[in-house]
Amino acid sequence: MNTLNSTSAVSVRVDGIHHRYAGSVALESISLDIEPGELVALLGPSGCGKTTLLRIVAGLVGQTRGTVRIGNDVVDAMPTNVRGAGIVFQNYALFPHMKVEANVAYGLRARGVSAGEASATARRTLDMVRMSAFGNRYPRELSGGQQQRVALARTLAVKPRVLLLDEPFAALDKNLRLDMQIEIKRIQRELGITTILVTHDQEEAMSMADRIAVMNAGRVEQFDTPEVIYDCPATLFVATFIGTANLLPGNLMARDGFYEVACEGGGALKLGQALPFSEDGRVVVAARPEHLALTTQSDITLPATVEMVLPMGPSFVYELTLSDGRTVKVTQPRIADLPRYAAGDRVGLSLRAGSPAGVFSA
Amino acid sequence: MKTQSVAPRSGSPLALSVPLGIFFVGFVLVPMLLLAYVSLFEDMEMTRHGFSQYVKFLSDGFNLGILGSTLLLGLKVSILCTLLGFPLAYLYVQIPGRWQGPLMLLIVLPLLTSSVVRTFAWVVILGRQGIVNTAMANLGWIQEPVKLLYTPGAVAVALAQIELPLMVLPLITALMNCDRNLRDASLALGAGHWRTFWKITVPLSMPGLLAGGLLVFASSVSAFVTQTLVGGGQQIFMPYYMYQQAIQANNYPFAAAIAMLLLVCVLAVVVTVNALGRRNSGFVHA
Repeated sequence: MNTLNSTSAVSVRVDGIHHRYAGSVALESISLDIEPGELVALLGPSGCGKTTLLRIVAGLVGQTRGTVRIGNDVVDAMPTNVRGAGIVFQNYALFPHMKVEANVAYGLRARGVSAGEASATARRTLDMVRMSAFGNRYPRELSGGQQQRVALARTLAVKPRVLLLDEPFAALDKNLRLDMQIEIKRIQRELGITTILVTHDQEEAMSMADRIAVMNAGRVEQFDTPEVIYDCPATLFVATFIGTANLLPGNLMARDGFYEVACEGGGALKLGQALPFSEDGRVVVAARPEHLALTTQSDITLPATVEMVLPMGPSFVYELTLSDGRTVKVTQPRIADLPRYAAGDRVGLSLRAGSPAGVFSA
Repeated sequence: MKTQSVAPRSGSPLALSVPLGIFFVGFVLVPMLLLAYVSLFEDMEMTRHGFSQYVKFLSDGFNLGILGSTLLLGLKVSILCTLLGFPLAYLYVQIPGRWQGPLMLLIVLPLLTSSVVRTFAWVVILGRQGIVNTAMANLGWIQEPVKLLYTPGAVAVALAQIELPLMVLPLITALMNCDRNLRDASLALGAGHWRTFWKITVPLSMPGLLAGGLLVFASSVSAFVTQTLVGGGQQIFMPYYMYQQAIQANNYPFAAAIAMLLLVCVLAVVVTVNALGRRNSGFVHA
């Protein structure tokens, strides 16, 4: 019998979590519903509270208000050691005075599993992370990637109901990071274990997570799939934090069937829709470089001058300046029938047909 | 950059250690050799060479008893300091930063007062009319004052209080070096607080525990003032025995032999414990 197959994945529900730390608000009304077996990334700049939220789920920090549910249980009163939340720390926190196998068997021994059975399970778990050859080494004798595999095995050996990963790839170099991301994603899929990943790296969150909770200053700005987060950012923060966005301030006006933004430096942008904000007034349009198109100038385009053209493989990157001096970045696919421009050309900027652009109140 | 430009002018950095080296040779090594030399005379007038002083000490049960009780005292004080010092060091590491300053002052306070003053304080506390006896009498627990002063227990307790900082300070350093995540990882793996304490915190603080234990041991076996004043005349420990032989009996060779034997015993303990510690300490800063 393979004891590593998880019994059944559980949901994690975080409801109205508030946390104060030394008088200041660290987390404010955080609510997340995480489906069984889902991998959710908490993404945000440092100090946004994402690690605190993870530690609250693990029970290492007690929240000021709100509830955490794992499966059907409210776990607020449960101490860490009975919550069933396994956590992998950023620095791995392997026990330096124990060999690798003893590290992995530690949790099982703590749960009263016999020594023989614990070391058998430890060896099986090490096998799963491809570290079975290293059971007799001390953690200090392993490389960063190997230590991470051991830390993961140690956490998975006790079959946690939820897997919590705190910046697990931050200490790895770039090539190894990609390997470990694929590896962890593979193991997570295999076990079907509900997983929360804390990261400040948007590419990591995009490539690994089923859904991303973008956090800023103790709040969740948006909780959705990577596609929606990228294409339809809910707030100006999300639009600028994820990917690149050109910010164009102006005045929103509803027209017949479409919206128009009269931009500050002259010219206008025509929008099919003005989500999520759609009242007339001062707004900021956040448009991604690939969502903008270059055409000839007209009264429904933004007049701009090409400053630089960077032919980057499959696409051209144009750097333009608007009449008010603002710089805008546009990428155009390298397709033969699209006109190409050179530095100094005067062009009109418009939104590519069907492309979303976030409109936020200024 | 700065050190590179300074180094050639002052010659080898080894030269910087010359003053300290001379001090050590003149005031530590030479007196030690002199002591060893004196211990190798057979008679009080220091005319004949031989090992008779050592034979005399080691063949007499009375002398061996003094050596044994001195080493036992060191062991007792080390154990007492461990039991008192570990909770104190643990408390220091756990409390918020603003309380650490005042607590550190309390911890090092014994070091800032003379050991004679601290010893007399214990004489006052433990005496027949002392605080402890008066309190117990007032509570009706005892009719007659209990003999507390001049007992082996009193010496151990007084020394434990006096030497406590030597245990607590290395322990605090060891506990501070211990990654907090290790405790959290242990809890998250399902271990309770006690298991975490015994399996993670204690093994990782072992270097501090051993260093503190050695300091307490070495200084309590040679704590002449406290041993003598709190122990009274009935108990003789090695330092007082040396004093008696050298100053009162004028038998310098025998006193020197006692000193050499105590030195060898303490060194043996230090070397053994250090060897044990080295086997453990490799992982601590890994």
